Amino acid sequence: MQRAFPWHLIFFLAPAVIIYTVFSAYPLLDTLRLSFFTDSESGERSFAGLSNFVTLLGNAVWSEAFWNAMWNNTQFFLIHLLVQNPIGLGLAALLSLKGLRGARTYRTLIFLPTLLSVVIIGFIWQLILSPLWGVSENFLYALGLGHYFDAWLGKESSALITLSLISVWQFIGIPMMLIYASLLSIPDELLEAAKVDGASPFRIFWRIKVPLILPTLGLVTILTFVGNFNTFELVYAVKGALAGPDYSTDIMGTFFYRTFFGYQSQLGSATMGATVATMMFLVILTGVMAYFYLVQRRLTRYQL
Amino acid sequence: MTPSFQYQQKARMGLVHLALLGYTLIALFPIVLVIINSFKSRSAIFNDPLSLPDTGSFTLVGYAKVLQESDILLYFGNSLLVTVIPLFLVLLFGSMAAWALSEYRFRGNRLLALFLAMGIMVPIRLGTVSILETMVSLNLVNTHLALILVYTAMGLPLAIFILTEFIGQVPNELKEAARCDGITEIRLFFQIILPLVRPAVATVAVFTMVPMWNDLWFPLILAPGDATKTIQLGVQQFIGQYATDWNSVLAALSLAVLPILVLYVFFSQQLISGLTSGAVK
Repeated sequence: MQRAFPWHLIFFLAPAVIIYTVFSAYPLLDTLRLSFFTDSESGERSFAGLSNFVTLLGNAVWSEAFWNAMWNNTQFFLIHLLVQNPIGLGLAALLSLKGLRGARTYRTLIFLPTLLSVVIIGFIWQLILSPLWGVSENFLYALGLGHYFDAWLGKESSALITLSLISVWQFIGIPMMLIYASLLSIPDELLEAAKVDGASPFRIFWRIKVPLILPTLGLVTILTFVGNFNTFELVYAVKGALAGPDYSTDIMGTFFYRTFFGYQSQLGSATMGATVATMMFLVILTGVMAYFYLVQRRLTRYQL
Repeated sequence: MTPSFQYQQKARMGLVHLALLGYTLIALFPIVLVIINSFKSRSAIFNDPLSLPDTGSFTLVGYAKVLQESDILLYFGNSLLVTVIPLFLVLLFGSMAAWALSEYRFRGNRLLALFLAMGIMVPIRLGTVSILETMVSLNLVNTHLALILVYTAMGLPLAIFILTEFIGQVPNELKEAARCDGITEIRLFFQIILPLVRPAVATVAVFTMVPMWNDLWFPLILAPGDATKTIQLGVQQFIGQYATDWNSVLAALSLAVLPILVLYVFFSQQLISGLTSGAVK
């Protein structure tokens, strides 16, 4: 455009690029670097090669805690996937029906919990599920299911599932909205044509609409994956940093926090924390790459 | 259409409403339950949790306790500070960068866009160890500035990504006409482009604000001191301390929810139209 040095370019780009680089991009790279170092007791930092990773994956205590958190986190994600996508799809399908009155009100209200803080939501559900208050117990009795009630959040076998469902309850608005938007974007002619050909509404939904919104389901899935593998607040608010009972709700976020900061008798370590963060980065990177290379590429042919 | 067909249609719509109404109840019940019980006496909370507060059970004792025993107003102020300032910076710097990326051809343009977009997928939390060390060396631990800087860096990638799309849609003729009048690039951006994309900026504002307001991780690690505590951290610790005092717990939760509820009443249309128009595909 002009030969002079593009000062305006620097003016527009510098603030954003500098802040982002210094407080987001560089810390990430530096954290990856720190995972190859170790701190001595006197606080001196020295290069340690892969020894942190060997400790994390090879030492019995460390590797048990690590794989426990990883497996819990995987379950946390799978429950999201299995519960949130069908419910989100169902709600979106209902909301997008032609001639439905009040669709705007429904979607506004159903989206509300998504905006609230995870900490607050965690406490709210903790109260509601508490046997002390008995709200959910009485509710189940009213339905004739009272004997199924249990202190779900307190039991090793059910705490993680309960937390996952609380999280699904809170964030259902995101899949619902994204799928709803993509259902609305399907051209009317396509649906009319199918109708003229005599396809039932049921068939139109499964054979035309669902294939067309698969890319959105892919997007929802990867967003959920990334969100799930770095979340921390819900478990921390409800179960504390020890993610009880007996670490049964420990996920990567809480494991990272304890490793980095230490908790009770366990001493925190910056370099071991960086090692756990590096593993989380690898997990998230793998997921994102899989999404871009597999899902995205395969699904684009459906896109309009 | 035959009458029986119409009847069937109506019955079907009735079922749809029933399902949606049912789910709406599930979505709102926990929040409403906490708010109504926060205005009730302890015995009413336990004996009759589902009823509205009446003259016999109405009390503000929980709220009084929260306001007395905790610095909740200070925490509100802190949260406001570390949300509003980064929000302003993200919108200003983000739209400037988005304009540069979409308007000017320069070497490395696409690479820079990709570099900035990486922050959308890679959570900033993963860099926490190094962020804390940077803040320690800059002497910024337990300051508002630490959170302001981190939240600005956190919000920029998505803001730039969305705003680039919108700014790219501004018609060329408009820009050329302005340039013919001899306007500088900087004035062109601030006086002509920025006012044009104001609706998009408003949508981005809502997306950017919510994660900052709701965050617990960075306040816990970078600014846990009393003077800089945010509302999330303050409420979390207050509840830990007063766990058995149900009036106070319910009041603290209601107070923490309130600002977002009020904001949502005003901005829900903005947010939802942004979600349904911007994020398609």
